Amino acid sequence: MNSNPRDNEVTMNLDRRSFIKCAAALSAVTAAGSIFPGISFADWKRQEGASGMITWKKAPCRFCGTGCGLLIGVSGDRAVAVKGDPNSSVNKGLCCVKGYHSVQALYGADRITTAKVKRNGKMVEVPIQEALDIVAAKIKETIGEHGKNAVAIYGSGQWTIPDGYVASKLFKGCLGTNNVEANARLCMASAVTGFMTSFGLDEPMGCYEDIDHANVFITWGNNMAEMHPVLFSRMLSNRKLRKDVEIIDFATRSTRSSQAADKSILFRPQTDLAVANAICYEIIRNNWVNWDFVNKNVSFHKGKTNIGYGLEDNFQFTDKEEPLTFEQYKTFLEDYSPEKVEKLSGVSARDIKYMAALYGDPAKKVTSFWCMGMNQHSRGTWINNLVYNIHLLVGKISTPGNSPFSLTGQPSACGTVREVGTLTHALPHGAVANPEDRALAEKIWDLPEGSIDPKPTYHTVEMFRALDRGDIRFIWIQVTNPMVTMPKLTRYRDGAKKEGRFIVVSDVYPTPTTDVADVILPAAMWIEKEGMFGNSERRTQHFEEIVPPQGEAMSDTWQIIEVARRLGFEKQFPWAKEDYIGKIWEEYRRFHDNPKHNMAPYTVLKERPGVQWPFVNGKETRWRYNPEYDPACDKGRDFHFYGQNDNRAWIWARPYEPAAESPDKEYNFWLDTGRVIEHWHTGSMTMRIPVLYNAVPSSYVEIHPDDAADLGVVNGEMVKIISRRGSVTMPASILGRGVPPRGQVFVPFFDERYLINEVTLDSFCPISKQPDYKKCAVKLEKA
Amino acid sequence: MPIFSYLAMPIEGAKEALAEELKALSFCEVLPADNVDLLVLVTDAPDEKAQQDLLEQLQKIPSLQSLSMTFGCSDELQPER
Repeated sequence: MNSNPRDNEVTMNLDRRSFIKCAAALSAVTAAGSIFPGISFADWKRQEGASGMITWKKAPCRFCGTGCGLLIGVSGDRAVAVKGDPNSSVNKGLCCVKGYHSVQALYGADRITTAKVKRNGKMVEVPIQEALDIVAAKIKETIGEHGKNAVAIYGSGQWTIPDGYVASKLFKGCLGTNNVEANARLCMASAVTGFMTSFGLDEPMGCYEDIDHANVFITWGNNMAEMHPVLFSRMLSNRKLRKDVEIIDFATRSTRSSQAADKSILFRPQTDLAVANAICYEIIRNNWVNWDFVNKNVSFHKGKTNIGYGLEDNFQFTDKEEPLTFEQYKTFLEDYSPEKVEKLSGVSARDIKYMAALYGDPAKKVTSFWCMGMNQHSRGTWINNLVYNIHLLVGKISTPGNSPFSLTGQPSACGTVREVGTLTHALPHGAVANPEDRALAEKIWDLPEGSIDPKPTYHTVEMFRALDRGDIRFIWIQVTNPMVTMPKLTRYRDGAKKEGRFIVVSDVYPTPTTDVADVILPAAMWIEKEGMFGNSERRTQHFEEIVPPQGEAMSDTWQIIEVARRLGFEKQFPWAKEDYIGKIWEEYRRFHDNPKHNMAPYTVLKERPGVQWPFVNGKETRWRYNPEYDPACDKGRDFHFYGQNDNRAWIWARPYEPAAESPDKEYNFWLDTGRVIEHWHTGSMTMRIPVLYNAVPSSYVEIHPDDAADLGVVNGEMVKIISRRGSVTMPASILGRGVPPRGQVFVPFFDERYLINEVTLDSFCPISKQPDYKKCAVKLEKA
Repeated sequence: MPIFSYLAMPIEGAKEALAEELKALSFCEVLPADNVDLLVLVTDAPDEKAQQDLLEQLQKIPSLQSLSMTFGCSDELQPER
């Protein structure tokens, strides 16, 4: 027996440490086995007997939209370790640097654990029940004084599915306002409108398994090595295993993805529209068209042109579709010969023809990936359409390895925002403008007919404009940080601070958004609550409450339920705390009760690392629109694009049009904004994780070395970036991990000390209403 | 006291060299695969600073093509920002 308790502690720590090292090695060996079947490690000796020290529970990663399956190691009430879940087909045991440090984000020193309310200009702590009373009273008061459309909720692609579902039910159903939006409007709305206009239904037809079949990967403005690193690793592993795999990075700046790619092709901002059309021109000119596929499955269309940029308040746009013949489409493409497009885009005609040949080669399976580069684009819907055009012309779609694949940025942008429909125009099934969709929602929600307003109100940019104007007086912001992320930020921050506005913020850490709050509600974070996320490949992933919430922190779902009951909607929100997530899921599932979108039952979700929809007769659907895999297709045909009324996929004639603002003599640089691998969005979580913070402790501006020399700036010196909206001064990064071409700069937006969105422009795609964070004009000064 | 594990891929034909270079670093244990050009690396740095230094050293190894993380464990308290 050990007489010194400290010795016991040391022994226990050594045992625990030894066990954790063993678990770490086991995790790597298991992951290796998933990726390289048959791999052996003769020196590997598995240790047994210490399994009681840490218990492991499954959860999806709470950062990007990949949806990696994790196993969370728990010791006592604390999450202490993370390993990739080898049973998850998404990541097969791997994860990225953010995922492996994710549990540390739970334990920042300044975690919000109590509610706060502004009194006499100061935030004071109050019991959470009192804060919820105030929130409910303020909603009632605001509706009484200013009408139902003066209250709004603004959520997130990091909302769980139940979070978004109850938000929609309360605001759209019970309160009768369509003032429901989510930050996913800022990251994937163009993907939605791209899918809807080309296929009539949202979300990808393929799945990550495409990576294991494709011979060619073309990434369109998509730095996957940093933004979707696990999928990028899977591409690299395939290239190592199969030898006939090629990666083309098509982008506006050189990144880690460019370095790992077989070929890097740079284009001038906004000209991806022209290059995509030029690829189609070449496919037709060389007769690489898959005529059998096109004749059976495709129709041709055009829409309006010169469609504007949404810069003015209350901007309205409705597209008008007109049918085209193939010959008319071919004539439209005559403006886009590779030689003409070379002058506009800076991409050589040779490189355009090279990419066209890859798409056109019938022996190659091609997968295109994209994310923010194409979606945060003033013609975001169009560029999505144009990449679909390429795949449709050559018939490379909906079969293993042939996939135009729109990736999402957030863990549940698909699950919560797109599928639940937490956008102003949408419902859990369909649109508010559609009487049948409204009737279904009113029936499931047990509401009187006519409760749901048929008219959409404000998309995100217009919602914050309405707050500034005073049309919205109350806004509840959950799981997002708009006072860092809104473009042309100064206007919207000043608007939020105006007299007569009431801002409620539910979050886990103080942010610039909690700085403008009248009420702060402490939120339970990720594995401190039960929930579901939906990832980029139509996969729904359940997680249970693995560790208890801290202090008075409460799930966003339960916060909304508490307020709904205070507003008199007990009938619509009857659930008990013990089982409310399962009950909400089963109610929500009724909206998708059809073979095109059926979701897995709660019991199935609990058992598996994730389940893809449509989930029909106990089977997941990996490739939609292909009768071999998709039970919603008519049998007896090779493909069935059942989303559109003509049962075909639509090719759109969409022209090149310039960005809302381009460099000129005074503002002579393009500004592009984005992310880095170490930090998640605005950094409110990852900047509190020591390893990630130390790896990239501050934001910076990437400048081409020749431009830096012209400015007289060396690495680390301060540069002032000035636009017509504002300025920010930050350190220069020259020949760092990313290198823009001359005349362009790039700034990551994760650092709240350098608010780059005070500089950006709030132009948006008129169809998707998604802002273009990738293009505006700035000038630079040495500070 | 962070513990991590990784899959380490060597550049073409450099598996032995990579194993030796990794073994030469402090806080590293290496487990080579028998039949694939791949190594398992387990790191056991005493603190976050040592972990950061180790990561920087790993990034400089010429025979290393890529590192994919498979496990992470750290229960240190968060420092003041």
